[in-house]
Amino acid sequence: MGNFVKVGMADYKIARAPNKLITTGLGSCIGICLCDTRSRIGAMAHIMLPSGELSRGHTHNQAKFADTALEMVLGELNKDGINANRLIAKIAGGAQMFKFLGESDIMKIGLRNVQAVEENLKKHNIKMVAKDVGGNVGRTIVFDPATGELLIKTLGDGERVI
Amino acid sequence: MVYIGDLSNMQLDALQEIGNIGAGNAATALAQLINSKIEMNVPRVKILPFDTVPDLVGGADRHIIGVYLNVGGSVSSNILFMLPIEQAVVLVDLLMGKGIGETRPDNLGDLELSAMREMGNIIAATYLNALSVFTRLTLVPSVPALAMDMAGSVLDAILAKFGEVADHVLLLETCFKKDDHNVVGHFFMLPEPEALDTILSALGVNN
Repeated sequence: MGNFVKVGMADYKIARAPNKLITTGLGSCIGICLCDTRSRIGAMAHIMLPSGELSRGHTHNQAKFADTALEMVLGELNKDGINANRLIAKIAGGAQMFKFLGESDIMKIGLRNVQAVEENLKKHNIKMVAKDVGGNVGRTIVFDPATGELLIKTLGDGERVI
Repeated sequence: MVYIGDLSNMQLDALQEIGNIGAGNAATALAQLINSKIEMNVPRVKILPFDTVPDLVGGADRHIIGVYLNVGGSVSSNILFMLPIEQAVVLVDLLMGKGIGETRPDNLGDLELSAMREMGNIIAATYLNALSVFTRLTLVPSVPALAMDMAGSVLDAILAKFGEVADHVLLLETCFKKDDHNVVGHFFMLPEPEALDTILSALGVNN
């Protein structure tokens, strides 16, 4: 039996089968899952914001932005000899948890995150094979690098595997 | 703009004190609403990395209800009142004059959620009013918004706003406890980074 490698907010981890990657309570944040099922190695990033260009002031952790987090993960995988063109991607999150907030940033951040993640995957020629995004539900996700299966657990909307 | 990592102990103490004034009034308001004794711990100022914030309410996957208000005026800020679901339903019963146990997480309807939202609104308004009187700053809350889900998912869009300027967030935290000593709710104020200067000036502790 493998272990569960926990990925926190604004963090990323690499794991080899039989270990699995887990992140809990995604709202507007997005879990980006990458894997190369041939070498049974996978990665998960838990991003909060669309772009490192938003960064100002004292931001040193680049794993919180979609674009820079993806570059960091690809750099790590590259050290293991895995190129972007061998990877498949699955993503989950990008929800809008609060209602009645009008046009505030908090309403739009989930959607902006989804768009940014999709654009950046495309930029690196990574094929996105499945997604479970949007809505107004929180998600806990478990990613299995052995199979590429992504389990999505919610409180009000059941469980599913994509 | 003052960086939260550079705040002096005196400045942190001053922020803690305004948290104390606000929370004391808010606890009284909550006690009156549910006609039950409410105790609170001493409010604390915390500077935390984002991923540890959900731990304050029991972890990122904890099922909670969160009532959020955006605060405008001379100080931009965020108010979040988070309640574990099993405590939230007790408060709903008390608020609506039902027997304890009548409301359950699986039968929370629009009316019950509306009552929760209004309770959050009253507590937040009381807190802000006390702060406003003390600091002479204008604090204007938005209409309250409610979310019911995992703690991490409810917090992350709010924390994301702070992610643009820092890797940490400063928050004022108070726990409200009912007579049986269960935590009924966690009350947070998260001032926007640029608002800290204004608050510290109003308190006379800007450098």
